[in-house]
Amino acid sequence: MNAAEPTLDIRNLRVTYARGIVAAVDGIDLQLAGGRLGIVGESGSGKSTVGRAIMRLLSSSARVEADRMMFAGMDLARLGERALRQLRGKQMALIMQDPRYSLNPVLTIGAQVAEAAHLHLGLRGKAAQQAGAEMLARVRIQNVARVTGLYPHQISGGMGQRVMIAMMLIARPRLVIADEPTSALDVSVRAEVLELLDSLVREQGSSLILISHDIRMVAAFCDEVAVMYRGRVVEKLAQLENAAHPYTRGLLAALPDPKHPVARLATLDRALLSQLETSR
Amino acid sequence: MNVIEVRGLDVSYGKNESTNHVVRSLDFDVRAGETLGIVGESGCGKSTVLRCLAGLESGWGGSIHVDGKPVSWRRTRDELRRMQLVFQDPFGSLHPRHRIGRTIAEPLRCMGQEASDQTVRAALIQVGLPAEFAHRFPHELSGGQRQRVAIARALILAPEILLLDEPTSALDVSVQAEVLNLLADKKAEEKLTYVLVSHDLSVISHMCDRILVMKDGIFVDEFAPGVIATGAAHHNYARHLIEASFF
Repeated sequence: MNAAEPTLDIRNLRVTYARGIVAAVDGIDLQLAGGRLGIVGESGSGKSTVGRAIMRLLSSSARVEADRMMFAGMDLARLGERALRQLRGKQMALIMQDPRYSLNPVLTIGAQVAEAAHLHLGLRGKAAQQAGAEMLARVRIQNVARVTGLYPHQISGGMGQRVMIAMMLIARPRLVIADEPTSALDVSVRAEVLELLDSLVREQGSSLILISHDIRMVAAFCDEVAVMYRGRVVEKLAQLENAAHPYTRGLLAALPDPKHPVARLATLDRALLSQLETSR
Repeated sequence: MNVIEVRGLDVSYGKNESTNHVVRSLDFDVRAGETLGIVGESGCGKSTVLRCLAGLESGWGGSIHVDGKPVSWRRTRDELRRMQLVFQDPFGSLHPRHRIGRTIAEPLRCMGQEASDQTVRAALIQVGLPAEFAHRFPHELSGGQRQRVAIARALILAPEILLLDEPTSALDVSVQAEVLNLLADKKAEEKLTYVLVSHDLSVISHMCDRILVMKDGIFVDEFAPGVIATGAAHHNYARHLIEASFF
């Protein structure tokens, strides 16, 4: 694959429900070649739907259309379920919000990471366990031998999310989509988990899409931030200071900032925004 | 003047070796008219402290004085009325099969007071919602609107103290700003005292006059919100929390 070709090239992606009446994602473009892209937006903006549409994980009631939907030279829109299953986990991985719900509660941590090694690296038995244990050590889990024998309810949220990261990165995927990877975690472990994710993704040369509602956190970690509002990308930014769209500026102004205390928080001018929407 | 004085508050669950000591002999005061912030991470005991104040917990040790009078596990109606609690999750705290009007009037009925349509309408208007919302069900409202309903329900008994347990953590930032502004307005209008519990330092520092940092059942630090911006010296954990929140 030549260097100029992006890992992910998506043009005019639309996801609609109910025979096209409801557009969850309304024509967005994403290009990603290495690097880290952030997608921010409030609930219902369609940010998670974008991640799932790329993974082709949306339910059959969703209709996904795009002018172009290429991943590593493959046309995602044309691939069958069998080919997609080869891609998912191996070439592109999705890290979800809450490790308590995305880990299997009745399997030990060791068995789950070994399963990932088995599925994506073709390893069996001892070799898979060994690869899993090495990966757990790479996500800085202390005392791997003890943790592999534990069940998900016995470990903390931060550790659970590191286990998820280990499972998702063991196959060295080209693209990692992290959907709110830290919002179920305590503040003091958030930075740690993000830094870990970031360093592993860099080490492996993967691309990262970080989806979150937290615009400051995303801006601190990503090269570029796409701000989504009502299914569309209203603005792509390298730096928050350059925000020009009223929605982005409104979001930033609504955040309390201890460095610049205000008596009253600014609120979004929703009337103005819907006016902009209709005049579009 | 202190409206609440807490001395040696102690809560533990379970017996013998499985004892979980959640709150460890806390002393603190809440001054009249202030907003006291308690910040901490999950499991530190911050919500348990609020539940003890509100009278939802029993079996705690130590003493709680409200307006100089001691309160126990069992509260009189008037003691309960004085302190009202707003819960975190507006999706879980409203009865899904009760109309909003019934939900808002519930505290009045519990107190044996008359709950007229007029009172309910006024309560809704007071939190910036249309009076017609009284006929709706919770699922017909957005998260921010539901949290306004929860605030209206807490205010309908004209309490002196409002206990806020993560009142905006389930909301989007733009909606959070609206709810925080509403809380600030109500505080000024009704001369309320707030105790605000949150894991979010930026919300705490925006709202509060005084901040207590809680970890493993004890307060490890106390400071004014201005300190966060200057980054003056504090307890290690507080500093870590500040750095992690504003990296």
